[in-house]
Amino acid sequence: MAIHDRLQSIVDENDVVLFMKGTPDFPQCGFSGQVVQILNYLGVDFKGVNCLETDELRQGVKSFSNWPTLPQLYLKGEFVGGCDIVREMFQSGELATALSEKGIAFKAPAGARA
Amino acid sequence: MNAPSSRAARIREKLHAALAPASLEVIDDSMKHVGHAHAPRPGKAGEPGETHFTIKVVSQVFEGKSRIERHRMINDLLSGEIGEGLHALSIDAKAPGE
Repeated sequence: MAIHDRLQSIVDENDVVLFMKGTPDFPQCGFSGQVVQILNYLGVDFKGVNCLETDELRQGVKSFSNWPTLPQLYLKGEFVGGCDIVREMFQSGELATALSEKGIAFKAPAGARA
Repeated sequence: MNAPSSRAARIREKLHAALAPASLEVIDDSMKHVGHAHAPRPGKAGEPGETHFTIKVVSQVFEGKSRIERHRMINDLLSGEIGEGLHALSIDAKAPGE
């Protein structure tokens, strides 16, 4: 399926990909906005993909990930989860651990352990 | 705001039957999302659309399962609702003692 091939190349070519509603500067959904804030807080360079642009993209990303909702975070081609999972992993420190294990650059906020 | 509603009742029923939860909360958040992209449209009677829910569930079934697996189990159980206008689910799925 063409859209899945396109999505696969996006997650292959970018270390951190956030499939979201709206753009990193203008998220159009609170859940997408929360994940953008977390990534920005950690100083992670990421590619935001606005899935509201086309129906093909919005439906395609759901079947691609076998995940019915947005946002969806990928690290080095691996699906991490949606807003709830990313938030839990951020709060527990697992997200920072996953980033360092995968060799993805981020800034450890002052007072936090990388 | 959290008055019994048909979708909330169906969600509760499906999760109860499949997960035998030690505890289960199904919260209708639809009103918080009125006005954003794809938000619930007020119905004819001005009711919110039952589109956004938070589910907090503790079940033995989740023991040893990853977060993604837990979410997928719940998403699969509710796939019929997701196909019919359930737009957003916030999920907190724990095993007992977590």
